Amino acid sequence: MWLDPSNPQLNTNGELHHLLSLEGLPAEVLRQILDTAVSFAGVTQREVKKVPLLRGKAVFNLFFEPSTRTRTTFEIAAKRLSADVINLAINVSSQSKGESVLDTVANLAAMQADMFVVRHAASGAPHLIARHVAQDIHVINAGDGRHSHPTQGLLDMFTIRHYKGDFNQLRVAIVGDILHSRVARSQIHALTTLGCPEIRVIGPKTLLPAQVNRLGVHVYPDMHQGLKDVDVVMMLRLQNERMNGALLPSAQEFYKNYGLTDDKLALAKPDAIVLHPGPMNRGVEIDSSVADGKQSVILPQVTFGIAVRMAVMSILAGNS
Amino acid sequence: MLAHPPDHHPFSAQALPDAELLLTNLIEQIRPHVTPETGIVGIHTGGVWLAERIHAALGIISPLGTLDVSFYRDDFTKTGMRRHVKSSDVPFAVDGARMLIVDDVLFTGRTIRAALNELFDYGRPACIELAALIDRGGRELPIAARFVGQTLDVPPTMSIELTRNTAGTLALQLSTN
Amino acid sequence: MKIHLKNGHLIDPLNGINALRDVFIAAGKIVAIGEAPTDFHANRTVDVSGRIICPGLVDLAVRLREPGYEYLATLESEMQAAIAGGVTSLACPPDTDPPLDEPGLVEMLKYRAKNLHQCHVYPIGALTVGLKGSRLTEMAELHDAGCVAFAQAEAPFADTQVLRHALQYASTFDFPVWLRPQDPALARHGVAHDGEVATRLGLPAIPVTAETVALSTILIIAQETGARIHIARLSSAEGVAMVREAKARGLPITCDIGIHHAHLSEMDIGYFDPNCHLRPPLRSSRDRDALRAGVIDGTIDAICSDHTPVDEDAKQLPFSEAEPGATGVELLLPLTLKWAAESKLDLVSALAKITSLPAAILGIAAGHLSVGATADICVFDPERLWQVSAQTLKSQGKNTPYSGFELRGRVTHTLVNGNIAFEEIV
Repeated sequence: MWLDPSNPQLNTNGELHHLLSLEGLPAEVLRQILDTAVSFAGVTQREVKKVPLLRGKAVFNLFFEPSTRTRTTFEIAAKRLSADVINLAINVSSQSKGESVLDTVANLAAMQADMFVVRHAASGAPHLIARHVAQDIHVINAGDGRHSHPTQGLLDMFTIRHYKGDFNQLRVAIVGDILHSRVARSQIHALTTLGCPEIRVIGPKTLLPAQVNRLGVHVYPDMHQGLKDVDVVMMLRLQNERMNGALLPSAQEFYKNYGLTDDKLALAKPDAIVLHPGPMNRGVEIDSSVADGKQSVILPQVTFGIAVRMAVMSILAGNS
Repeated sequence: MLAHPPDHHPFSAQALPDAELLLTNLIEQIRPHVTPETGIVGIHTGGVWLAERIHAALGIISPLGTLDVSFYRDDFTKTGMRRHVKSSDVPFAVDGARMLIVDDVLFTGRTIRAALNELFDYGRPACIELAALIDRGGRELPIAARFVGQTLDVPPTMSIELTRNTAGTLALQLSTN
Repeated sequence: MKIHLKNGHLIDPLNGINALRDVFIAAGKIVAIGEAPTDFHANRTVDVSGRIICPGLVDLAVRLREPGYEYLATLESEMQAAIAGGVTSLACPPDTDPPLDEPGLVEMLKYRAKNLHQCHVYPIGALTVGLKGSRLTEMAELHDAGCVAFAQAEAPFADTQVLRHALQYASTFDFPVWLRPQDPALARHGVAHDGEVATRLGLPAIPVTAETVALSTILIIAQETGARIHIARLSSAEGVAMVREAKARGLPITCDIGIHHAHLSEMDIGYFDPNCHLRPPLRSSRDRDALRAGVIDGTIDAICSDHTPVDEDAKQLPFSEAEPGATGVELLLPLTLKWAAESKLDLVSALAKITSLPAAILGIAAGHLSVGATADICVFDPERLWQVSAQTLKSQGKNTPYSGFELRGRVTHTLVNGNIAFEEIV
């Protein structure tokens, strides 16, 4: 066993071998990724936005769940590292006709893959794949079910650090559908590891998971109380299918109570920043004037996302 | 072609040359060959310290550049990503520029190869010269420095590096690999 | 065949025996305990010194996977697993394919099982046709064919009215009904206990209320109809409290738990271990402690293995897609011993939970070693450590959270109908 059984992302030297979740990663590993990403952010501003680091390596984008945005950012990151990128959108229906996730992965590994970027609708799928791939293959979780979206969590941390410096004085609020959000879970783990002293989650009780306080957060069903004096507001996307039903009566009522408007943002600190993982539902979780306002750092998040993914890929590839 | 062929010194662990003296010598070698517009680029970390001093001493107007060649190293697959990668910063137009790369120790030439590759990703310079405080031989690539503080035979089992104290004074230090 | 089990330590919970006693067997029956009958000449004498002789275990839930799921396991492999685990009588749930909803299927199963000359198989009939939850099966016919009770296994009822009618009808003939309390809507899409771990791992959750809401419905209708109800696989502290209260006010119900739920909790899921994807879900450590306490105080009458062999293909999937269940018929004894040791419970009381008490729930004359009783006997070495692995398990299902663990207590002989059905090869 070359991986640490208590944390299957790390090899026995404590180095990152797979990136599956931000839970349980040492602060030092998170900081190394963020620091390396700073250097890559410089690269992306040059005339040739490309470095030869992963030349000859094959990165397979393995998307069991469609997501053009996320796939594109990984693709750009891999190409800027000079890797060969192979995009595979795996038809879930053909999958149910017999070929299991592991069969698919075994077939691709036989094509000399060096890295798998995995997006899957089921929580834990990247863990399963990581347990079964050959020792020299790295797995990056690009979002699994409600579980984790570690590169999104990291780019959010990069963004916060870029604008706010350190984490140890910050009050951060995460707003919206916490229950179904892999982004929220990743943010919470990263913030606690990086020393953020106060994390608040804001949402109606139908969208808050059981015992969420055990993750180290404070629960605020009332957004007005929850936003008071925070330094960072992290909005979550509300999926369309959850807008009308047994969890929420309507998008309008959600917007009224949990949509971020200028009025509500005024409760936060004057220099508070606003993040959103995209794509935004304007007029549902966020008002356009906030999304496009001067406190919004939503577009820089996207730019930083490339550098963060370059950092993750290059660090993993180097830990062979 | 070396402008002033430097003295060749046999290795002696007891008597390492004084880095400050070598730097003064290096600056004087470089002086006739630069203009205020020359783009000076130091390679992290020792090369940046030297470049800062050279840049100031020669009254260069073009802002100082720095390179961390980690993303261009050819030993990446063996050694992995370094823990503390610095950012590269070339704050002048590289296209058509006359440039000088500064490094502390010239050895296999691989770092300079990586630096050249990186610079070309910024643009197409008119020409690039190389200055090194120490040339310890052992080249593995066809690379030579035009300006050298001193050549020094360092045994392959040892490494030599530049240090800087809080007062900003430079010194050379030996260690066993 | 006359057998003499010599120098063993006899534990017979029903008869309150816990002492060194020899056992004498002839013509399939126990003919004497302690002293040999006159003129007893054993065909075989087995020295079992240092071992414990107890009634053959009675397991209330063993999935044999026949008919329909022979790719997961076969009657033959699972019956061998059962006797290797000291189990001499087992009840099999009706969730086969097709479900046990027709007398012909039940007769075939009993016939096939009997021909294997291993342990006694007691089929549980389907309560509704195809386990679809709407039309009642021909329970009287199924009973005549050999069903000892009726159940829905993991399948839901179409609505509460069907449940009520099923209990009314079963009670007409005094047939026992076994129900696992779970509200299908509250458990919908869920795969793990609605607690800290599901929150952390982002797994769709099953709240405790899925159990308690269903349990409360069952208890109320049981009271109204007078049906004989057995509550299968309880999982929560609140559920235990409700059963305790119902028993206290005289409701004639019995109750069991799966052995894994006496040991494991949601924490054991770790990083999505599909072997810990069980039904009901592993709940919090507080729930586990309440289950243990409930077994000790008698609220929970019996412990079963809830044996569910699943193959690699069905298990090596993302947690929520992996087939739930764990293999367990070979682990029932060692895990019960482990629970007893950890709970500082005496062996007589502990073994009762897997012998005499489940036999009483099944209504069969087994689970004790009275003179004259059928010689269904388990002999085990209580100190022997063995490693759980694909190699050491006879079941075709190797899916267990205990894979790689060392457990104490190994069966050396299993006698069924006075014949040595299993003997450890040393």
